[in-house]
Amino acid sequence: MNTTHISAMAGALRRQRFTAIDAVIAAALVATFFFAELYLALAVSVLIMIILALSLDLAQGYAGIETLGHAAFFGSGAYAAGLYALHISTEPFSGLVVGAAAAAIVGALTGIAVLRTQGLTQIMLTLASATLLLELANVAKKVTMGDDGLTGYSIAPLLGRFEFDIQGRTAYVYAAVVLMLVYIFAKYFVNSPLGLTAQGIRENPVRMRMLGVRVYARLLAIYTISAAVAGIAGALSAQVNRIVGLDALGFTLSANVLVMLALGGTGRLYGAFIGAVLFMLLSDRAAAVDPTNWLAALGVLLILAVRFAPDGLMGLIERFAFKSRREAAKSPNHRSQAR
Amino acid sequence: MNTAFATLLSLVIDGVAYGMMLFLISVGLTITLGVMRVVNLAHSAFAMIGGYLALWSMQHAGLGFFVAVPIAVIGTMLIGALLERTLYRWVYATSGLGQMLMTIGLAFVITALFKNLGGTQLQSVPIPPSLQGNWNVGPLSLSVYRAFLVGASAAVGLSLWLGLERTSFGAKLRASVDNPRIARCVGIDVPLVFSVTFAIGCGLAALGGALGSQFLPIEPYYGLKYLVHVLIVVAVGGLGSLRGSLYAGLLLGVIDTLGRYYVPALGAFVIYLAVLAILLIRPHGLVPRS
Repeated sequence: MNTTHISAMAGALRRQRFTAIDAVIAAALVATFFFAELYLALAVSVLIMIILALSLDLAQGYAGIETLGHAAFFGSGAYAAGLYALHISTEPFSGLVVGAAAAAIVGALTGIAVLRTQGLTQIMLTLASATLLLELANVAKKVTMGDDGLTGYSIAPLLGRFEFDIQGRTAYVYAAVVLMLVYIFAKYFVNSPLGLTAQGIRENPVRMRMLGVRVYARLLAIYTISAAVAGIAGALSAQVNRIVGLDALGFTLSANVLVMLALGGTGRLYGAFIGAVLFMLLSDRAAAVDPTNWLAALGVLLILAVRFAPDGLMGLIERFAFKSRREAAKSPNHRSQAR
Repeated sequence: MNTAFATLLSLVIDGVAYGMMLFLISVGLTITLGVMRVVNLAHSAFAMIGGYLALWSMQHAGLGFFVAVPIAVIGTMLIGALLERTLYRWVYATSGLGQMLMTIGLAFVITALFKNLGGTQLQSVPIPPSLQGNWNVGPLSLSVYRAFLVGASAAVGLSLWLGLERTSFGAKLRASVDNPRIARCVGIDVPLVFSVTFAIGCGLAALGGALGSQFLPIEPYYGLKYLVHVLIVVAVGGLGSLRGSLYAGLLLGVIDTLGRYYVPALGAFVIYLAVLAILLIRPHGLVPRS
């Protein structure tokens, strides 16, 4: 592969336009359906985690909102969709909308508190609001069934025709379509005026305020949108798994999705894909072999990633690509100027 | 004195003891956070190391409580100093997210290590006979160990305050925090000051972990399970404020104890509601940094 090609790719990774890489992702989604039939259940949970990681990327990677409580939105979406299926309607698409709306409400309400602060206090507030919801779900046993998890609801066939089957074929196609829609939305979002101001705020909130941007209102909007996307992931999980447990609101989920995004690379939508796939596949294998030592391995991986790949795998790829371009610029006729 | 009031009083005393223990565990983080600005999510893992070291030196080496606890503290300080010199040095310059990830990775490693070494059962450091039993004052019954805990935490708090305000190391430390470059210029060995401070923070965590094991039993997942408790005390107190951590520990300890007794249906809900409410009213904590 020639270097201009690589650097063009690196530029495309940054600018977030639709490129050949998106075609590769779509092809991978289709290929998984046909060639990994035995692993469709795992594949569905990977897709759901990618959606959650994308949602976290919008808040953390693009707007710089530090959060350790993203499970709050996943869980609200999951419980809302589960309760909706149990009491109102078993139609899946409206369930997704309900899940997204519930999570958006939670996002807007907690955002009012969270976004007034920064740094560790912000992390604490996101953590406190997620733990608050977890305790609420634990206490309200009549509604959520507490530790036992919300079960006993069914989901109607997709579009009234496609039943959710045991092998997870319908679930996979459903999740893949939702993921692609969320992804397309995310691409448009990060290039929209709101998404661009988000990046400006992340880099320098004071400068953005000087430029006349209403920073707090923008952040609240972004946080709410991110929450809604996380709610979609939660609702999807509730519909596909037919159970919503307290772990949907737990600290572990918040920490895991943060780790996924960090491993993949924040502020780059592809990071969510790479990180979630890597993390889910590795932990699935490792949990089958030895969960304790997987925790140790994950810890070492994190420490090394912070040291050697602070921008995640995507950051590494970009650095490599840019380096190649620099070396190309240093080719013989340029060398005298470069030195 | 009627019984309802006596109940309330003994609950408040329990809450104060619990709060002092929270203060003891989190004050080390207050110092490292205030001084080095490192979001150390492995802090409660250091408390767990302290608990295990105390436990093992009592069980395997047959040492007494009053020897085992200092050994645990010193051991944890050495481990902390070693990690500061190697791993933590990497993340001083990175973002909060990088620090969070590195330190949580470290907590994962420590958790897995102790699960392999010590098994998964819940354990607590045995209390010596001299600290067992109760003092009875009228209708009130006061546990000797809790009184000891309150006394020990108060002594730690006082000596920290004196150490920071009255000693030359405290002065160097404050200088290193306020302006590292100038501190270096006047001949203060800033990296050494940081190492020592971090070791002290780890030692305090170890002390809290060893003494507080009656409230929070030692287990491999300790570091992750009680991380939230430590972080909320620090955040509610105001980042890096000693006085704030003390107030926050006491306040949250009492609120949690009263909440669990009077509204058991809400369980752990009350304390998080309190945290949210306090941080909403005072986003920078009870005692904000000036």
